[in-house]
Amino acid sequence: MTTSTTSLSGPEDRGVAGWARALRARECSAVELARAYLDRISAHRELNAFLALDEERSLEQARRADERLAAGDASPLLGVPLAHKDVFVTRDFVTTAGSRMLAGYRSPFDATVVARLGHGAPDQGPGAGMVTLGKLNCDEFAMGSGNENSAYGPVLNPWSASRVPGGSSGGSAAAVAAGLIPAATGTDTGGSIRQPAAFCGITGIKPTYGRVSRYGMVAFASSLDQAGPMARTAEDCALLLSAMCGPDPDRDSTSLDVPAEDFSRALDAPLDGLRIGLPKEFLGEGVAPDVRAAVDAALAELQRLGARLVDISLPRTELAIPVYYVLAPAEASSNLARYDGVRYGHRARDYADLIDMYEKTRAEGFGDEVKRRIMIGTYVLSHGYYDAYYLQAQKIRRLIADDFQRAFEVCDVIAGPVAPTVAWPRGGHRADPLADYLADVFTLPASLAGLPGMSVPAGFGEGGLPVGLQLIGNYFQEARLLNVAHRLQQVTDHHLRRPAGF
Amino acid sequence: MSLSAQDITRIASLARLALSDAERDRMQQQLNDFFSIVDAMRAVDTQGVEPLAHPVGAVMDVALRLRDDVVSETDQRASNQRSAPLVERGLYLVPKVIE
Amino acid sequence: MTSPLIQGYEVVIGFETHAQLSTQSKIFSRAATAFGAEPNTQACAVDLALPGTLPVMNRGAVERAIRFGLAIGAHIAPRSIFARKNYFYPDLPKGYQISQYEIPVVQGGSVSFYLGDEKKTVRLVRAHLEEDAGKSLHDAFHGMSGIDLNRAGTPLLEIVTEPDIRSSAEAVAYAKELHKIVTWIGICDGNMQEGSFRCDANVSVRKPGQPLGTRREIKNLNSFKFMQQAIDYEVRWQIEQLEDGRAIEQATVLFDPDTGETRAMRTKEDAADYRYFPDPDLPPLVIAPEWVEQVRAALPELPRAMAERFVRDYGLPEYDATTLTQSQAMAAYFDAAAQASAQPKMASNWIMGEISRRLNAEEIDIAQAPVAAATLAALIARIQDGTISNNAARQVFDALWRGEGQDVDALIEAKGLRQMNDTGALEAIIDEVLARNADNVAQFKAGKDKAFNALVGQVMKASGGKANPQQVGALLRQKLGA
Repeated sequence: MTTSTTSLSGPEDRGVAGWARALRARECSAVELARAYLDRISAHRELNAFLALDEERSLEQARRADERLAAGDASPLLGVPLAHKDVFVTRDFVTTAGSRMLAGYRSPFDATVVARLGHGAPDQGPGAGMVTLGKLNCDEFAMGSGNENSAYGPVLNPWSASRVPGGSSGGSAAAVAAGLIPAATGTDTGGSIRQPAAFCGITGIKPTYGRVSRYGMVAFASSLDQAGPMARTAEDCALLLSAMCGPDPDRDSTSLDVPAEDFSRALDAPLDGLRIGLPKEFLGEGVAPDVRAAVDAALAELQRLGARLVDISLPRTELAIPVYYVLAPAEASSNLARYDGVRYGHRARDYADLIDMYEKTRAEGFGDEVKRRIMIGTYVLSHGYYDAYYLQAQKIRRLIADDFQRAFEVCDVIAGPVAPTVAWPRGGHRADPLADYLADVFTLPASLAGLPGMSVPAGFGEGGLPVGLQLIGNYFQEARLLNVAHRLQQVTDHHLRRPAGF
Repeated sequence: MSLSAQDITRIASLARLALSDAERDRMQQQLNDFFSIVDAMRAVDTQGVEPLAHPVGAVMDVALRLRDDVVSETDQRASNQRSAPLVERGLYLVPKVIE
Repeated sequence: MTSPLIQGYEVVIGFETHAQLSTQSKIFSRAATAFGAEPNTQACAVDLALPGTLPVMNRGAVERAIRFGLAIGAHIAPRSIFARKNYFYPDLPKGYQISQYEIPVVQGGSVSFYLGDEKKTVRLVRAHLEEDAGKSLHDAFHGMSGIDLNRAGTPLLEIVTEPDIRSSAEAVAYAKELHKIVTWIGICDGNMQEGSFRCDANVSVRKPGQPLGTRREIKNLNSFKFMQQAIDYEVRWQIEQLEDGRAIEQATVLFDPDTGETRAMRTKEDAADYRYFPDPDLPPLVIAPEWVEQVRAALPELPRAMAERFVRDYGLPEYDATTLTQSQAMAAYFDAAAQASAQPKMASNWIMGEISRRLNAEEIDIAQAPVAAATLAALIARIQDGTISNNAARQVFDALWRGEGQDVDALIEAKGLRQMNDTGALEAIIDEVLARNADNVAQFKAGKDKAFNALVGQVMKASGGKANPQQVGALLRQKLGA
């Protein structure tokens, strides 16, 4: 197994595509690969990226993958290791969603995404045969932009231990950036894949809402939650997304009847004549100069590849903040009502009666940010306020979606920064929860419209911290986004750079 | 528009969240800060605009998919109750429910 | 509409009925709906609201809602919305109930029935699909309650009326008619003991012409008997309050069959704020007109229509028609017997008399009756053509019921019940009787009609009951020159 250990201990990480090739060429076995990565994981506990590890379960999965490989199974991802954000429920690992409420929770079933990437399920076919190395830290119930809302402690940004890795999929981003795993799953409700990918200098894509089944994802905001892959390259993301997508008619009523695609198909397509729309609202004085510079450099590369820049406007960009922070908490307040200490999860030790049991259980089980959003959501849905808040927000949501459709009349993809700044210092927003909300301004519009969006490493800014370029496509245009990102990555190496010490 | 301490208490009780006085005061402050940015929304003219629920509904009709009336779930009580706080003879136990 | 006043008060009642739909699987999961399983063995991950689970709608439940809507002449919404009704309760796993709020699947419609011989019509507001909750077993274990979620997710159709009902008797008649409809069209098994058909009554009283009074909702009336008792008690109670100058406060009350009284449930101050909003896990329910037409085509003839046909085509009294359409089996039995015998009224009399009596005595349903409709028709035909008397017919029927045979004519012969229609033999008997009873003859001639009856009786006796009484009478009169 020398090949993989040396390559792993060394700077180079072959990534998903590379390891898939190595496994099929028998350069290493899935078990050897899993062991090597598990070693790297235990060597970098300081990042606090993992919430659950179980070497035995992982190696068992790897053995099954090796058996399938030996049997000539040609599944492209067979035997490649990954880890799941802890909001995906798994049989083999505890699932907490980063919350004390679910400490020690064992799901009796696997999320659809977990089954499809892993070893399947009765109603999901055999699965891609990837090997799960563990569960990744995240903001509690995916509510946060800095991974500082996890009940199990913050995740450190591999590029600077003093900075946040972004959120809510911070553990996924940090682990991939540090090379602890070749790929991870993430979920994106208001930017939770794109923003941590940007802060950690990796590639992540949130597909069109309804493309990937939500079954087995611990729900935050039902009409916004969407799973997606996070990896070093667009090529790797394409491989993973191809295995994750597709209707789940028996399990998720919001999953669309749109067949899965081979997203690797068009990766190399030329960009000649590609019209890239630049929303002026994404490039105003709100954007830090170092971020602006990196984004401009990436756009210049894309122009050299034949793309054309078009000025567009998304006039309601700023409105996306209140609209999102009304809709998401409203849905969350209802989705989190099931955590009542009756059937699973935390229950307060002492209580006077039923209501006291509920109130203490929930007060002890939920963290501050989750409580804040439950309170906001409960209020905006309460009698007399529904029309002014929830309904009004859903109407503006349509206006925002319509703005995008108008924009796509003059461009093929939209580009801009993922976040106004690079990763901020840990604790920087502690005094002011609103600061987190405001920093989501560029990722929220695509989330509200349900459009596919991704983050591609654009370069580095202040303090050598990564900057992400956001690409937004029209509905079901994931292949186009991955194509643009892949071509950019063929002429840049930001995505291959590794933080010092990893 | 500003939330009073009583509002916070009422909402917390609706949401079944016990709040200490300190938490309630902090919550009141933070929620009022929050609603200061939300008020921008109220000025928008949405006359005749259809609310958007399933986002892809913006470009295509998304209708509820119907499932055939078939039973396929078997008894999984043991694994379903593995993480239950308090169970006796298959029943989840809770403080006495009074009607 | 005239409504009876009680102590000068008009009673105003609206109904909310929860009918469990007779699907195999639950409304949003693929777990079984069967009643009486071991606790929580029929509550799957979705029913338990385990993290990550999502609802997927059961077509069978929607189809039954359409069937009901068509049966009561309602509008079937081409597009309806599922909403979340948020509240905390241990038997409600998600912390919200998936129901329909602003746009229900069934809109309008009405239910008509007879109260005595007055036809009543109760307008429906709506009927909407929702999920049932689990059950709390109070004081199950050392002062704690035990939660069984087997029932959670069972499909319900909540049927809501306008406040059109004006008395407890009318309320019960409405509930019985509704019960008949849902079982008739096969969307609900109607088992009230098992809670398949649960009624809530919103009761208020007012002086005629006054605006509606404050209502109190009596929950879970799942027997027609208790329904009437509960409403009567509630009405008396409310009138007492008002007469004593106390205002009625809106409340939810429970009826206690033991005390015969209603008592207010403990209600939380925030109980009213359900924070309804469209369920983001469920896109709009879209029902194509073609589907509605398919369901309409498969709908059986409904009880009211059938009763009206019996009156129109068979000339039955309304009372008979209504009684015979209490169940689909009874109505079908009658329809068959009436057509085969061409004697609808006689068929009706037999079914409402002899047959019903035996069915009640043996506590069986007409479907299990040992005498088939065709056999009854054959028997009626023999009465009609004078082959046997009504008395003889009862003997034959008894034999048929007890399974001595299924061939009416064979039984008549075997028991020698055929009426004597041979005039010669009969005249011989009559002459003999007249000879032996000169005194009766004399009395008759003296104008005593009773004497004539005595003679008829003698002849019938002498004939061993086989003579046709009408014929005997006629011949006697001839011979007595009367």
